[in-house]
Amino acid sequence: MSQTTLAPSASSPAPERQYLKHGKPLWRRGLLRTESAIILAVVLLVVIATFTVPFFAQPYTYQTMILNAAPVLLMLLPVTLIIITGDIDLSVGSVLGFSSAIFGLAFQAGVPIGVAAVLGVLAGGLVGVLNGVLVTIVGLPSLAVTIGTLALFRGIAVGLLGTTSITTFPTDITRAMTAPLGGLPVPVVTLAIVILALVFGALLHFTPFGRGVFAIGLSPENAAFSGVRVNRTRLILFVMSSLVAGATGVYFTLQYSNAIGTNGLGFELQVVTAIVLGGVSIWGGKGTILGALAGGVLIAALNKTLQLAGIGSDTISIVTGVALIFSVVVASVAGFISRRRRSKATAVAVGT
Amino acid sequence: MTDAPLLQLTGVSKSFGAVAALVRADLTLEAGSIHALVGENGAGKSTLVKIVGGLYQRDGGEFTLEGRSVDFHSTRDAKEAGIAVIYQEPTLFPDFTVAENIFVGRQPYTKLGLLDRARMRRETRELTQRLGVPIDPDREARGLSIADQQVVEIAKSISVGAKVIIMDEPTAALSGVEVDRLMGIARQLRDEGKGLIFISHRFDEVFALCDRITVMRDGTYIATNTTSETTEDTIIRQMVGRSVENLFPKQETTAGAPVLEVDDLTSVGVFENVSFSVRAGEIVCFAGLVGAGRSEIARAVFGVDRYDSGSVRVGGSAVPAKNPAAAMRLGMGFVPEDRRKQGLAMEAGVQSNITLAIRDRLSKFGFITASMEEPSARTWATRLQVKTHALDTEASMLSGGNQQKVVLGKWLATQPKILIVDEPTRGIDVGTKSEVHRLLSELAATGVAVLMISSELPEVLGMADRVLVVREGRITAEIARADATPENVMYAATHAAGDDRETAA
Repeated sequence: MSQTTLAPSASSPAPERQYLKHGKPLWRRGLLRTESAIILAVVLLVVIATFTVPFFAQPYTYQTMILNAAPVLLMLLPVTLIIITGDIDLSVGSVLGFSSAIFGLAFQAGVPIGVAAVLGVLAGGLVGVLNGVLVTIVGLPSLAVTIGTLALFRGIAVGLLGTTSITTFPTDITRAMTAPLGGLPVPVVTLAIVILALVFGALLHFTPFGRGVFAIGLSPENAAFSGVRVNRTRLILFVMSSLVAGATGVYFTLQYSNAIGTNGLGFELQVVTAIVLGGVSIWGGKGTILGALAGGVLIAALNKTLQLAGIGSDTISIVTGVALIFSVVVASVAGFISRRRRSKATAVAVGT
Repeated sequence: MTDAPLLQLTGVSKSFGAVAALVRADLTLEAGSIHALVGENGAGKSTLVKIVGGLYQRDGGEFTLEGRSVDFHSTRDAKEAGIAVIYQEPTLFPDFTVAENIFVGRQPYTKLGLLDRARMRRETRELTQRLGVPIDPDREARGLSIADQQVVEIAKSISVGAKVIIMDEPTAALSGVEVDRLMGIARQLRDEGKGLIFISHRFDEVFALCDRITVMRDGTYIATNTTSETTEDTIIRQMVGRSVENLFPKQETTAGAPVLEVDDLTSVGVFENVSFSVRAGEIVCFAGLVGAGRSEIARAVFGVDRYDSGSVRVGGSAVPAKNPAAAMRLGMGFVPEDRRKQGLAMEAGVQSNITLAIRDRLSKFGFITASMEEPSARTWATRLQVKTHALDTEASMLSGGNQQKVVLGKWLATQPKILIVDEPTRGIDVGTKSEVHRLLSELAATGVAVLMISSELPEVLGMADRVLVVREGRITAEIARADATPENVMYAATHAAGDDRETAA
């Protein structure tokens, strides 16, 4: 091993430079972020709803709120990583439906339910392999590829089941899916969400792989020059995304005790909405798992509140849309202002 | 016709921030002549062309057109004044037809207010025939060869009444026959009384075509020669003549065992049969013209680009193709040419950038945190004296020189056995430049093998233990430090051994 001992003192007697860890104080780094604003919005919403919306502060409310939101909250975790690399996966809703159909058909055909569940998850994973191969090896844009697989696997799911739905799952299992977790006012699936969030959060923020994910999103070329296996990383993420969507499909089927081709219809948009609302840049390179999750929770809480307040679903979608646009606009306006301040500062520095 | 020259520049200067691209440029172009502009890469030719073309505004100096002082604020101003620039890569609209491209922005209309396509076709046909290269007016620009696209650009410039036509390295991408055809067109335009400025690195073309040759160096006018009264040697001496050796603090080292061995590497159409080695403690420079294939060879060696055949070894172990991560594990580092796109994540902080290439090494049990990255980032920022107050400053906020220091720090942190540096001092200030040179020299002194690509001849001659000259995808000369002179390196870069292109006189 060659030792690179480049003592600057030998040739340049310049004083040792001191570097701060961070250029800005903690409160500015911590609070002036989309994630913080979204978490604050969730807290405010819950507090206000607790006092003003009838029946909001009841275990049943939390229970159903989380049950409704669970599929989106699960699926947004790997999709967040995909969006941070600058790709997108719009096929997750259809993968959920496809996995649900395979699981249901296998179960109906007499396959033991555990094996049928594994088949459902693997069927989802195969879609991920297809997405990943088309995006990385063939080199097609992920937006086009996953819109294609979105249509393709929704079609297959509906085609496989026709107009029938399979509902004969063992009730002890389906009931267990919606049962409360221990004595808490939240369903069992909460545990899965928390564990998967920790796994994907750690993967994104605390591993060399996650460093590569951000690097790809910031500059794929620089990532490749820095030894990041760009295409392998992207392929792995597409497979992860579809495996999670596949598992969500099995869970969703059991939760509603219903395998039908239209399961998860339109969920991909809810997933992307939550992620972008949570401050993840749709251009890649920036974002956190916490933010994406907070975005998902905010939408879920908003839905529940408006629903309990007797406001129709059209209004709910208007409110969600406005919140999304607001969050994206605020982020880009903030970015614009800080860039302007910066360029003014440099202009002054150059001028003097 | 007036007595004043068609176009005259006197003492024109232009700076970008702290970097002076043009110091004092002079150029006099007479109507009915072809004037060559030559100089090393970075001598200021392109900047000059962009000022004449209205893309840049000069900081100082005189610029007259037919005796009248002019001041272009946009390319449109320049076009209206009768100046046309033909670039190496033409800028046609690929989806438009040839006729539409020629008339874009000034389409003729019929009395009914419809596009007069018949007239556009007829005039296009006349124009291209006049140039001796009939091109179907209805073809889409997309499918045309680069040579034909250039002809369309020239036709367009004539049809708008251009008096000055500037060709910026027009022959770089052309075949021999196409070059002859272009030279024929240039002569015809000259005979019609237009003034042409011809930029080329190929001396055979310059001498065959041009009436006068103006040499530039370091953004400054050096001399204007009448072609019939000068020689290639004179021009080369004017292009490189300066003594700057003492700028480069090269430490004497004794080369050790070969670290990087490249054998018969070929990528069809890009480079062929490239073999060389770099030994421990040695600095080897790839010299040659821009576009000669030097970066392409280096990128393939590192594994960013593919190659068709051949082998690469580091310290005796084979480096798998197309796998930079594996090359890095074997001890290869690569400071790429374009630091903004390839060397850095501009929106990420200094720390993230410095530690990206060593993220695996820094991790423990598969995990990595910012606090595990910090010591390395601090160490390398300090050693390279990166000027910033915090480690999380975005790379985009740093000056070019400091950005380059971050890239160097990132690769030095990997403790490479062989470091490839591609144009390590491009676009950075003189002070940082000499720091980079000292650093590379010190690095070699510690036993690291260095492969440097540089388009700056003084840098090559000052730093290299050995110079490998690359021309058109092949290594055409190997010159030891003691034997390397500006003249023989430049000669090897512009003449292949047995250059056989036919040149119509």
